[in-house]
Amino acid sequence: MILVWAVVIPLLGGLAAWLSGRLGSAFPRWVSLSALALDLVLLLTLLDGGPAGSRWLAEIRIEWIPVIGAGIHLAADGLSLALALLTAFLGMAAVAASWSGIRERTGFFHLCLMSVIAGVMGAFLSLDLLLFYVFWELMLVPMFFMVAVWGREGRYRAALRFFIFTQAGSLLMLASILGLYFVHGTETGRYSFDYADLLGTPMGLATEFWLMLGFLAAFAVKLPAIPFHTWLPEAHSEAPTGGSVVLAGLLLKTGAYGMIRFLFPLFPDAAATIAPVVHVLAVVGIIYGAVLALGQTDLKRLIAYTSISHMGFVLLGIFAWEGLALNGALVLMVCHGASTGALFIIAGAVEERTHTLDIGRMGGFWSSAPKMGGAALFFALASLGLPGLGNFIGEFLVLLGSFRVNAAAAVFAALGLIASAVYSLWIIQKVFHGPAPPEAGIADIGGREAATLASMAAVLLWLGLFPGPFFERTGIGTAASMPTGSEIEREAVTGVAGRIGREKSGRPPGLARHGAGEGPEEMRGRQQGK
Amino acid sequence: MATVPAEYALGLAAVLFALGLTGVLVRRNMVYVLMSIEVMLNAAGMAFIAAGYRWAEPDGQVMFVFILSLAAAEVSVALAVIFRFFHRTGTLDVDKASSLKG
Amino acid sequence: MKEFLWLIPALPLAGSILLAALGRSIPARVSAAIGGGTVGLSALAVLAAGVDFMSAPPPEGFHVQGLWTWVDLGWFRAGAALRLDALSLTMAAVVTFTAFLILVYSAEFMEGDEGYSRFFAYMDLFVAAMLVLVLADDLLFLYLGWEGVGLCSYLLIGFWYREANNGYAARKAFIMTRAGDTAFVIGIILLAASFGTLDITAVMEGAASEWQGGRLAAAAALLVLAGALGKSAQAPLQTWLPDAMAGPTPVSALIHAATMVAAGVYIIARTHVLFALAPWVMDLVAALGAATLLISAFSALVQHDLKRSLAYSTMGQVGFMFLALGVGSWQAAIFHFMTHAFFKALLFLSAGAVIISLGGEHDMRRMGGLRSRLPLAFWTFLAGAASLSALPLVTAGYYSKDLILEGALAGGGTLLWGAGIIGAFVTALYAFRMVFLVFFGEAGADVKRRTGLKAALPLVALSALSLLAGFFGVPSFLEAVLPASQAAPPVGHRWAGILSSLVPLLGAAAACLLYLGKRGIVERLAGSGPGAVLHRFLGSGWGFDWLYERLFVRPYQLAARAGRADIIDAPYAGAVRLAERLNGLLVKTQSGQVRRYAAGMALGALLALGAMVFI
Repeated sequence: MILVWAVVIPLLGGLAAWLSGRLGSAFPRWVSLSALALDLVLLLTLLDGGPAGSRWLAEIRIEWIPVIGAGIHLAADGLSLALALLTAFLGMAAVAASWSGIRERTGFFHLCLMSVIAGVMGAFLSLDLLLFYVFWELMLVPMFFMVAVWGREGRYRAALRFFIFTQAGSLLMLASILGLYFVHGTETGRYSFDYADLLGTPMGLATEFWLMLGFLAAFAVKLPAIPFHTWLPEAHSEAPTGGSVVLAGLLLKTGAYGMIRFLFPLFPDAAATIAPVVHVLAVVGIIYGAVLALGQTDLKRLIAYTSISHMGFVLLGIFAWEGLALNGALVLMVCHGASTGALFIIAGAVEERTHTLDIGRMGGFWSSAPKMGGAALFFALASLGLPGLGNFIGEFLVLLGSFRVNAAAAVFAALGLIASAVYSLWIIQKVFHGPAPPEAGIADIGGREAATLASMAAVLLWLGLFPGPFFERTGIGTAASMPTGSEIEREAVTGVAGRIGREKSGRPPGLARHGAGEGPEEMRGRQQGK
Repeated sequence: MATVPAEYALGLAAVLFALGLTGVLVRRNMVYVLMSIEVMLNAAGMAFIAAGYRWAEPDGQVMFVFILSLAAAEVSVALAVIFRFFHRTGTLDVDKASSLKG
Repeated sequence: MKEFLWLIPALPLAGSILLAALGRSIPARVSAAIGGGTVGLSALAVLAAGVDFMSAPPPEGFHVQGLWTWVDLGWFRAGAALRLDALSLTMAAVVTFTAFLILVYSAEFMEGDEGYSRFFAYMDLFVAAMLVLVLADDLLFLYLGWEGVGLCSYLLIGFWYREANNGYAARKAFIMTRAGDTAFVIGIILLAASFGTLDITAVMEGAASEWQGGRLAAAAALLVLAGALGKSAQAPLQTWLPDAMAGPTPVSALIHAATMVAAGVYIIARTHVLFALAPWVMDLVAALGAATLLISAFSALVQHDLKRSLAYSTMGQVGFMFLALGVGSWQAAIFHFMTHAFFKALLFLSAGAVIISLGGEHDMRRMGGLRSRLPLAFWTFLAGAASLSALPLVTAGYYSKDLILEGALAGGGTLLWGAGIIGAFVTALYAFRMVFLVFFGEAGADVKRRTGLKAALPLVALSALSLLAGFFGVPSFLEAVLPASQAAPPVGHRWAGILSSLVPLLGAAAACLLYLGKRGIVERLAGSGPGAVLHRFLGSGWGFDWLYERLFVRPYQLAARAGRADIIDAPYAGAVRLAERLNGLLVKTQSGQVRRYAAGMALGALLALGAMVFI
């Protein structure tokens, strides 16, 4: 039942915020914040562990439309719980970030924001494909309004592009969902949208491939993967700060989540076939995003391109489909949400104070706002993958895991580490260093902004230095090859993922596992031969 | 009495229809366009009469009466619209009535 | 004792955090006390650990204190653990003692600067990271320290952030070392993927037993070498070091002379098993060391900026250490690291005293005749220069450099030894050039400030160390960790030994000839046509900056600017334009003309009728 509340509370909170907006523009913020806090606390109670023998920490099934086989099936395992917690957390950060920026129609704004949160939450928690699609669409329209109504000058065009791109992908996914539904129905006689039923549907490779492409289209646009990324820079830079936080921190992760939860388990062979191509796209994305970030003059657009670069790492980790790489991708998702979200909050703070986002007109803010400068430096260092902060753990594990699967891709992806140093330090240099401005400079961050940024910094430090508890509760399967659907079911278990890797082989990892003289090339050959 | 082949009547109807259509397409004065439409309507009616004559059924005449009343109603509405248009724009040129363009 | 190993890096870290949090609200004296005090306590801890280590040596030659499990996932495990053996003890001792002396010096040097406590916070963070680097027992934990020192180097080079050039130098340093670091990370990943662990002992044992074939060992060693080249500013990743002099002088002394630039030497020594498995990589190490030595020595000879000259000198001396590593004289390399830390820090600090006393003057051409007016600076600088030149018997540098040259002849052959000899000659030449330009000759700029006690004491202490550290017996101490070189001394090595002892004296004498007094020869050489070209070429560090600017920086910036509008957007923008054009075409049918509509209807009706009748 908690899962249902997890999705419903943001919706109700949004409605309450909208109504309270009539009373005054300060009320919606408090209503939203409290609703999300309640949500966060509820989700935290799930950390204690679920019923024994089940792979889910919590699960609930309600009858919805039995005629077509659609039910309200919500479930959370470590992966979805981690992302659901991130949703509630970043939602609160977004509310805090929009505290002073949104002045008109605050009630409606918070209704949109909470609807998006509810949509994201539902997408992370639903196991019924039709329900998943409903939540997927729920994320879109309120986001469109948030950008189109409260954004900056180019907001309408940005919102429209965002909408058309993601909608195009979503419609292809709908076609695939229906295709899968009918294939499953004709093969087994049972028509169902449920995830557990659809796993292991017998289908030919060609059918599987085309259905997989539909899903891939939607998730690749959302992630975003080159070359479907061009909606992102505009959308991120024209959105209001709270919108950017939610866009970068959450919406991008839904694409990644969809790949892990749906794409691979439902279409394992097809995904394995297309994986090498996606590796190349991921590496290109890492480097392309990083190089282009340097050339931007708009601060938010710059940060948006860095998002593309980081999500390239996530994409590589997912399509390596290797235990360490998947865990690395998950950590990177959470940490990217925190670090890029924080950078957007800082950019929004700068914009509120200087009314510009053109880095050519900034500089020397460290003298007047050292706390803001320090915070920006911290998150820029997280962005470039400094060890000790969570992004490094994520990127390192992705590279380590994918090295075993596609060493060349991992080596080229590592070049992204150099490029990320270039753009991160460039941000600090252009905005905070340099000669002090002739006018009085800008006001430093206040209590509310500081608290938000501090909580994000805490998350990054925690995951960077002590990721143990995180992996224990959220570890995804450490299957070292590309197994079929049923194997996924067996292996993708929460909590004991790390230990399963060792228990299965019965020997300690490392030296005992490989024969003498065996190197990564030989290992890879053995893996791909299954 | 010598029977007239129905084909001749149909042929006449066709010619009248064509003349009426040409008038609609070519003439620029709204009233003349209306008159051409009337010609087309009457041509259609003539076709019906010819058919009724051919099959020796009264239905053809019935349809003609139908068409006649239809035409009367349509002409009154059309004339009213033409009056309003003339009142507004001072011209009866059909080509000037083009503000619903894309 | 091993229970308290964690204190060694934790104390400076605590100091750094404290200063970062409270720095602005506490008086400067307290900041300096916290900053220097925590490092001093750490030095005492190292001393205690050392005494304990030497009096009761642990059974296997090392202590390990595990701190926490960092990553434990599937087939991979990385832990945070500290290791105390002869090598890490030596490194930690040098780092903490040198750092403490430099921090005492900085208490006076940075007086009045508005970022006073920020400076000490960064310096403490650096010391903590450096200690993690040298004490780490796990390669991933070591990498944490590795990047940590890179970060602090960036922060401290760009300390005076209002000057955009400082930021540029800081970024150049960070990005260049990042390139090396990325190769290092790939090497770490190779090792982790092969062995499932990054515990140094386990990895070295694994490599020794499984990688006899050599190909993987060579790859791993090459990647580690790339990381070392970046951090130690060796060719081809050396161009950041001279620009790094933009930071305050204590920073140059600590980071870019004594400690961080030796991180590369340390990592190669620590993973020497890997290198020993790949002999051609070791040859490469020696060759790069020798090449850097020669490049930097000749560049140092023509510099006008005092600190830049010292920077090139550091580059060269680290080149000597790489040369030693490459021929298998591991102990000699670490010995030279220790002596170099002392005399280079000394040189930088006394140079700093000179610069501050002259009110910020860096250019040696405007100095001169300071021998009588800044006696302390003169004598300490002289001690440092003597040790740098490795004047026989009385200086610490002599013993370490001699050991290296001996090893180079035995293990590397005459070519490398010859390069070392030439390098030693030019080193002595430019070292005494600096002495004569700054302290002899006609008076240049005026003395504005005197050196205080806080600055003087470290100078004296470092001078003593520079002259006496040769007697510390370090090489034999390291025997347990770093095996002595097995190469047999070749025929004629006694003559070679005598020559290598005399070469510094020759260099000093040549410097007397050229730079003491009129300097006529030098000025005529520099003034002539080819001489001027050579002067510019050497002065710019042999054109590496020029090359890298054209090879990497400009294309990157061009790509970034060209891609501002994002060419991948072209198909989508094209699709938009196509839709618009199609709209333009189709909209023409909506002309609003009634007659055209009627014509369309008629035509359509005709076609439909025709289709019905004929098809």
